[in-house]
Amino acid sequence: MFSGDQVASLLSELGVTHVVTVPDSTLGRWEPAIERSDRIRLVRVCREGEAWQVAAGLYLGGATPLVMIQCTGLFESGDALRNALHDWKLPIFSIIGYRSYRDQAKLPGDTCLVFTEPVLDAWRIDYRLVTEPSQIGVIREHFVACRDAGRPGAALIAE
Amino acid sequence: MNAPGDRMPRIQLVDALRALHTARHDDDIVITTMGSAREWMRLGDPHPFDVVLVPSAMGHGTSIGLGLALARPDKRVIVCMGDGSLLMNLGSLASIVAAGVQNIVVILFDNGVYEVTGLQPTAGAWGGGRSVDFSAIASATGFDSVHRCGSTEAWTREVSRMIDSPGPTFIALDIEPVPDGTAPHSPGPAPERARRLMVALGVQPR
Repeated sequence: MFSGDQVASLLSELGVTHVVTVPDSTLGRWEPAIERSDRIRLVRVCREGEAWQVAAGLYLGGATPLVMIQCTGLFESGDALRNALHDWKLPIFSIIGYRSYRDQAKLPGDTCLVFTEPVLDAWRIDYRLVTEPSQIGVIREHFVACRDAGRPGAALIAE
Repeated sequence: MNAPGDRMPRIQLVDALRALHTARHDDDIVITTMGSAREWMRLGDPHPFDVVLVPSAMGHGTSIGLGLALARPDKRVIVCMGDGSLLMNLGSLASIVAAGVQNIVVILFDNGVYEVTGLQPTAGAWGGGRSVDFSAIASATGFDSVHRCGSTEAWTREVSRMIDSPGPTFIALDIEPVPDGTAPHSPGPAPERARRLMVALGVQPR
């Protein structure tokens, strides 16, 4: 979908200081470019729930974190994101990989397609679905809109 | 390893926190959760850098602490959490070490039970003569300084030395459960407290 350099350049332009992540096979390929960025620090955690709470601490300390995980990790994240985004009302932005959206041959019948968007709706995360390489600007626009409104948001990246 | 019947007298939670309350530096960020939050709030007026993590996400005191430590290398972050909480997020110890932060102290209040739900044993508690050795886990994970303390006298005497040792630091305290220890009440709306913390840290809330 996107190259690591494209993503690193975009996040740098948006002022992201830390990318807190558990990789998948798409997002993980962006890591080397993000690590090369002198403006962004990559923070590796063990499970996706951690990512939201590490991002919460980063935000409280004045940083501009971004959570980068796969939708399977979104499913794991419930209590952690509920607390960070809704109890403490921290406007954390996320990039979430949407497994099996484009490639449905590898995991036929993958229930990620059933649950990802309803789960985002249930957690009241305003997201934009990005399905084509030409749509990187959608991430930029949504990030800026969420930042300016002081609310959380997500870019859902078709995989 | 001690057998179940060999348990030594343990530290009272309030005594452990009182010693920390006295020893914390004025510019330390102190995060408390569950039982430690309940008792910490009774020790006096809140410090601007206190983070009473109520409401919380299960087991994530260490994770918020890691984020604050990364964002604020000019501050030391002290995270107080119980063994039930840490068991829910053991991987966070690896994340702390992987992040390379030195300005974090994790203090584990190990009482072997889920105190606020009625003293049910945790999965890591004493039973059949075995219990989880959290300080061994922290050592194996790569924490630079690891301490374990089981008496009020030793903790009160050594608390400053322990929290001042090279970080990341892990301290396991053997704590006596508090009978009828309830879940802490929120000290006020969380978003307002978040804003106050940020202002205290010199951050402009967005």
